[in-house]
Amino acid sequence: MQTAEDAYSAAALDHLTRPRNPGTLAEPSGTGADANPSCGDRTTITLRVDGGRIAEMRFRTFGCTAAIAAASVLTELAGGLPVDEAAQLEPADILNALGGLPPRKEPCALMAIGALRAALIDARVRAST
Amino acid sequence: MRRVYLDHAATTPVDPEVAELMAQVLREVPGNPSSIYAEGRRARALVDRARGEVAGAIGADPAEIVFTSGGTEADNLALRGVLKAREGEADGIVTTAIEHHAVLDTAHDLEAHGQARVTVLLVDRTGRVSPDAVRAALDDRTAIVSVMHGNNEIGTLQPIGLIGAICRERGIAFHSDAVQTVGALDIDVRALPVDLLSVNAHKFYGPKGVGALYVRRGTRIATVQTGGGQEKGRRTGTENVAGIAGLGAAMRIAATKRVAESARQARLRDALIAGIRRTIPDATLTGHPSDRLPNNASFCFSGTQGEALVVSLDLEGFSASSGSACTSGDTEPSHVLLALGLERELAQGSLRLTVGRDTTDADVEALVAALARIVARLRAASGTPVPA
Repeated sequence: MQTAEDAYSAAALDHLTRPRNPGTLAEPSGTGADANPSCGDRTTITLRVDGGRIAEMRFRTFGCTAAIAAASVLTELAGGLPVDEAAQLEPADILNALGGLPPRKEPCALMAIGALRAALIDARVRAST
Repeated sequence: MRRVYLDHAATTPVDPEVAELMAQVLREVPGNPSSIYAEGRRARALVDRARGEVAGAIGADPAEIVFTSGGTEADNLALRGVLKAREGEADGIVTTAIEHHAVLDTAHDLEAHGQARVTVLLVDRTGRVSPDAVRAALDDRTAIVSVMHGNNEIGTLQPIGLIGAICRERGIAFHSDAVQTVGALDIDVRALPVDLLSVNAHKFYGPKGVGALYVRRGTRIATVQTGGGQEKGRRTGTENVAGIAGLGAAMRIAATKRVAESARQARLRDALIAGIRRTIPDATLTGHPSDRLPNNASFCFSGTQGEALVVSLDLEGFSASSGSACTSGDTEPSHVLLALGLERELAQGSLRLTVGRDTTDADVEALVAALARIVARLRAASGTPVPA
């Protein structure tokens, strides 16, 4: 029988059932969002920068298993990183951390990265003004 | 992990008696029903018996039953066959926005090839089509009206008796896709003014890949595939003997269980609806509040996406489905959910639960508890405020 376990990696399913860092920060250094207009999924990331590093990060995702897992794992990958390193993260890093996503779900990793990059740009703009 | 299967609208497990009969037929009846010698006659007898069983269950004459490969072929045969028989005289198809793709896509395919004019009627927020709207859509060149009996996604039942009566007054063929209701509801074509009715074995504990089209005597219908002339030329091709025998047996068994079992399933359905409304007070019931399939409880949950609901339930051992599949690229809430006028984002959080013969009270309780946890978790992730 084809079950969720066959379609998604154990890591992705773990992020679905135990999302890491869900929510929004009250006073973020930056906020970024990205959406997939074709399916209506969207992710919002808020983060707090301290000493050039991402000190805290939260995600909100309205979407499928892959969209939730991608944003959730990204908070683990990017949390604590220097901002310039976080800005270099790519969808492939999310796919590696999750042990892959079904091919047609790979755009969900791009959406999470898009939200992170938007939040980092927002933090940089806000810091410079 | 014990699985709780709550997707009986998708398919049902084959009844053990049906499976045993089919295995026996495959092992012991090698003949072609068209052969006149003993092996052929034995196969023919099985097909004839099944034809009698299917006919008997819906009040039809055996000669009015045409075996097909399933519901989709039955729908295709009804629409294409009637349009072909009326070529040059009538080309109008009147149908509804919540039909199965087997009807809607067939109608649109005929239209795209200049073989039909298609009128698609809207439905109200409960998914009901108005008989008056059907009446208003008919004209002198309407060849066929096709309105499903029970909707596979939202469970809404259509007033096909009233609609059929309107068609009969005008001498227009009336087809109903009854794939979800045959075996579950009382259908008697002697009382119901329907000319064509689609039947699908695997929706009532028969095998996949076999179904039937009821064709009322006198209905003008042409064959759409050509070949050896089986089924009185209406559906040519060597009969699927084991499948047809299975269909007949499944129909006979369903008829004996129907009254008690549909009442039991309706009680489980109502327990599901009540339990979900208690634990998730802002859940949106989709479909008609009372006039719905006895086994269908379908909802939308704001702040969730159907795929995540289905995957989360699967992880906890429940099989259910959503009318809003996400394939990242071409996702749309189903045409049925959108036809109800639901807001697109709400329609994305759809979940269909359909109980069956093996569903118990304990299954319903377990589902309600698991679903409440899952919806709360997905809403926490999406940041959806939950109304008090």
